[in-house]
Amino acid sequence: MTCAWTPDQPLIRMRDVHKKFGATTVIDGISIDVMKGEVICIIGPSGAGKSTLLRCINALVSIDSGSILVAGQEVNDPKLDKLKLRRKVGMVFQQYNLFPHRTALANIMMAPLHVLKRDRVDVEAEARALMRKVRLDGKEHSYPGELSGGQQQRVAIARSLAMQPAAMLFDEVTAALDPETVKEVLVTIRELAEEGMTCVIVTHEMGFAREVADQIYFTDRGVVVEQGPPAEFFTNCRDERTRRFLSQIL
Amino acid sequence: MGHLAVGFLEESARTDPVSMDLTPFWDWFRELNAATGIKLTIFYDAFDRTRFINGFLTSVRLMALCIVASVVIGIAGAWVQGSRLRLLRAVMAAYVQFFRNTPPLVQLYFFYFALGSYLRVTNDIGLAVPIVSNFTWAAICLSLYAGAFNVEIFRAGIEAVPNETVEAAEALGYSRLRAYVHVILPLAFRISLPALNNNLVNLVKTTTIAYAIAVPEMLYVANQIWSDELNVPEMMNVLLVIYVLLVGIVVYVMGRWERAMRVPGYMP
Amino acid sequence: MISHLPVLKPFRLQSTAHDFPLSPFTARNGILLFVALMLSIGVGEAQAGPGVPSILATILKWTPLLAQGFALNIAMSFLAMAIGTVLGLALGLGLIAVTRPVRAISWLITQFFRNAPWLVLLFYCILLMPFEVRIGGAIVPLPGWAKSTAGLALPVMANVAELVRGAVRSIPSGQWEAAEALAFTRLATLRLVILPQCVKRMTPPWMNLYAIVVVATPLTSIVGVSEAMTLTGDVLSSEGRPELLVPMYLYLLSWFFIYCYPIALATVALERRFQVS
Repeated sequence: MTCAWTPDQPLIRMRDVHKKFGATTVIDGISIDVMKGEVICIIGPSGAGKSTLLRCINALVSIDSGSILVAGQEVNDPKLDKLKLRRKVGMVFQQYNLFPHRTALANIMMAPLHVLKRDRVDVEAEARALMRKVRLDGKEHSYPGELSGGQQQRVAIARSLAMQPAAMLFDEVTAALDPETVKEVLVTIRELAEEGMTCVIVTHEMGFAREVADQIYFTDRGVVVEQGPPAEFFTNCRDERTRRFLSQIL
Repeated sequence: MGHLAVGFLEESARTDPVSMDLTPFWDWFRELNAATGIKLTIFYDAFDRTRFINGFLTSVRLMALCIVASVVIGIAGAWVQGSRLRLLRAVMAAYVQFFRNTPPLVQLYFFYFALGSYLRVTNDIGLAVPIVSNFTWAAICLSLYAGAFNVEIFRAGIEAVPNETVEAAEALGYSRLRAYVHVILPLAFRISLPALNNNLVNLVKTTTIAYAIAVPEMLYVANQIWSDELNVPEMMNVLLVIYVLLVGIVVYVMGRWERAMRVPGYMP
Repeated sequence: MISHLPVLKPFRLQSTAHDFPLSPFTARNGILLFVALMLSIGVGEAQAGPGVPSILATILKWTPLLAQGFALNIAMSFLAMAIGTVLGLALGLGLIAVTRPVRAISWLITQFFRNAPWLVLLFYCILLMPFEVRIGGAIVPLPGWAKSTAGLALPVMANVAELVRGAVRSIPSGQWEAAEALAFTRLATLRLVILPQCVKRMTPPWMNLYAIVVVATPLTSIVGVSEAMTLTGDVLSSEGRPELLVPMYLYLLSWFFIYCYPIALATVALERRFQVS
């Protein structure tokens, strides 16, 4: 079910999303709007809620109730066109999940070639451009096992970008990296954001969130506790839980 | 077929339930033969039934004996494999590689015909007879065969226990031997269990080769029966079903035991 | 946080082969076997009376015949492995199917042929398969060795299916997730991402399975196929000399050993290489 989407509407619109795993309620009524070009960061204590929320947006996980509209396409729909959805929104994972048996360049080219069935020459040119963009030119023929964690994560970002999505989801993408390589990935994401990509970022990196986000959402136990632009959020947070969380990590 | 079922129920109703006379149950198969030609004499013929049950019991005895013996050989061999003496380790490695890389059937023939022809004793009336029966030869050979695999399995289990664990045990005051018995062996055993179970299931299946040296286990007895009664398809089907069920039971029991002994959080 | 401290090290079989990881030509065990063979021939020579050809000469005389028989063993093992692998791959895909009935039926077939003793399956095939089949208009005869090969292919099929299932399950779920996020269909994910990665994992146990099949081919002698084991028995009964028993059987054993031991070594080496990469 698709409504025509216009830029004055949110690109990603989540309304009253609920999700339970067995007896545990993981998402308990979350509503978030993401406008085109906006960068939002979701922070909060460790628990399955934040990652699950991202996975609900691109239908890796189905929701129990509520509505998620991605550029007018309703995700909570048994007849969902998954291909159409995943062309609009790309996802980068904490564990990179590169395909270890293919080179970096092949990883980036696989989806446009096999899913979008585009022409090989075009796809290869774009893939090389993407590798230049994430500053990994020269590593096209390296296998994931030969790259550092930060390099692998940048290839993963390039791989998602190859599908030319309207929005990108980042699921704690620096959590599994050594501190030295975290910076190179964050720089890549910031550049993406500055170019106008709509990003939903789940992260623990508060400094990064403060720098790059337009809106910050704090979730705890499945609900949005507080939200606001970074300037206000970090200096004038209202809720006690937010303050406790921030004091623990800052 | 319906009247057969009715006949069975009627018969059993007339029999005194306390005396547990199973004749009506067996007779149902006689009627089955009369009606359809499916000849399952092992049920309704007392002679065939007895010898088939004996064959089944011989099979089970052989399987149980070999399981126990091969595990003992495995534990002893794994301990020898950790010895400091190079010669001892070499002999053990030779034994393991020999039994792993040669056909069990040829091993069996070697033991029974070749070695057996040398190891003869004269009995009371002056005849040269084999020193042990063919059942015993089969048990010896199969135990050595499965034991070779078990040595490697237990060895791999012992080596999966890190030195740091042993050091921690010693730091707590365990002697080297005590640490081995109370810390390493229990861990090694739990880790080896999946591979061990796999090997024991294979052993149970391999005991059928005892047929080749005329050990009266189930396959051999079934062969005798179908030669007498000319009911090859029926006997083969019964045999297949019983073996699959028997092995299936072993697999199930081993699986339950494995799950009970699993080390939480350890993913091999 | 991923801890790098070992709680338990990985469980690695074939540790005894590690002890002597040399080429088969200098393997200590091969030398021991050879020594045993020589000793037994020596003892046999001592026992043989005058005017009788030596043990060594007899063995050499019969070697061409045994070689023919052994060639049949190898041929049967190749065929059974080939047929069983193809069928097993299909069955393995059935084991990981999305629809429950397909999975259940595949599971039943796999369990049945994994639990049945190989000798019983051989008997079943030999006795109950027809001696000729009509395909199209032609009548194809099925000799004993062909039925035996079919009988060996069945457990291979079940074991390969189990290998496939195990390999697919060992691929981290992140691979499935990443492929799904890139809008791959399940079939495309299997074809491009999962199965290529499975090939490496499946190769060492698959080679191990082949060695097991080779070592199982003498079972066909029980059901009447004229392979190396049968021929050895024929030779021994035709020569009728008891001092030949030990040397001949050791000779036959060493044929199998010389064929299988290098496979075992290669399997260990491959396993180690794939573990590291």
